[in-house]
Amino acid sequence: MPPPQTLKTSILVAVLIVLNSAGNFFFGLGMERIGAIHGWSIAALHSAFVAVFSSGWIWLGIVSMLLFLAAFMMVLSWADFTYVLPATASMYVVVPLLSHLVLGERVTGLRWMGVALICVGVAFVARTPPSTTEKG
Amino acid sequence: MRTAITLVVLIFAGTGGDIAVAHAMKRLGEVKSFTPGAILRFLGRALREGWMWIGIALLTLAFCSLLALLSWEAMSFVVPAMALSYVTGALGGKYLLGEKLTPLRWVGIGLVSVGVALVCLG
Repeated sequence: MPPPQTLKTSILVAVLIVLNSAGNFFFGLGMERIGAIHGWSIAALHSAFVAVFSSGWIWLGIVSMLLFLAAFMMVLSWADFTYVLPATASMYVVVPLLSHLVLGERVTGLRWMGVALICVGVAFVARTPPSTTEKG
Repeated sequence: MRTAITLVVLIFAGTGGDIAVAHAMKRLGEVKSFTPGAILRFLGRALREGWMWIGIALLTLAFCSLLALLSWEAMSFVVPAMALSYVTGALGGKYLLGEKLTPLRWVGIGLVSVGVALVCLG
């Protein structure tokens, strides 16, 4: 028996948030290790290309983002785009929370206010039905 | 002027790409089985959908616009400005995909847009 629509939507949205946050984290880590790209000559772009695609972190980011795209496509096969899109904004909550709790970074009041607004906004959207259209 | 034009291209290509992908997925129908074989078959069918490729082309254009914009504007300006895409996405969902947006969903999307902008500005 297939899982109920709300349950499977919630699970896949959670998967989307984890994969997107992980992808951005791996890309950030990879680019930080590669360093700034200087110049726009063919030689400079070639060496940047080689550096980027030789990085294991960048490949982890690419795999995370490909899995994110696959999960995004699957959830959109039944759920509204206007339901999924705001829900994925929860990743903007995950990063400041992790920065504060794990890395001990100082998070500004403005950022906490943004986090609170996103949480309330996502909670509002989550109270609406995941799908409002006829099935294709 | 070039910043405004690139930002408009970024937001509309990004939203258009997402809407095209969503439309392609709706045409395929709901995924009911989550076995690896069923997921691979679903992804294979998705890649034969014309709308999927239109979506990929638009998302690629949005990604290139983002990189171009970031080459001359600060991320602290670009990312909060991109929060506008939640609003264009809601309008696209309503008018292009025929989704029914209740007042509660509109308020939620509005709060998320403002929240994302604040997180990025903070």
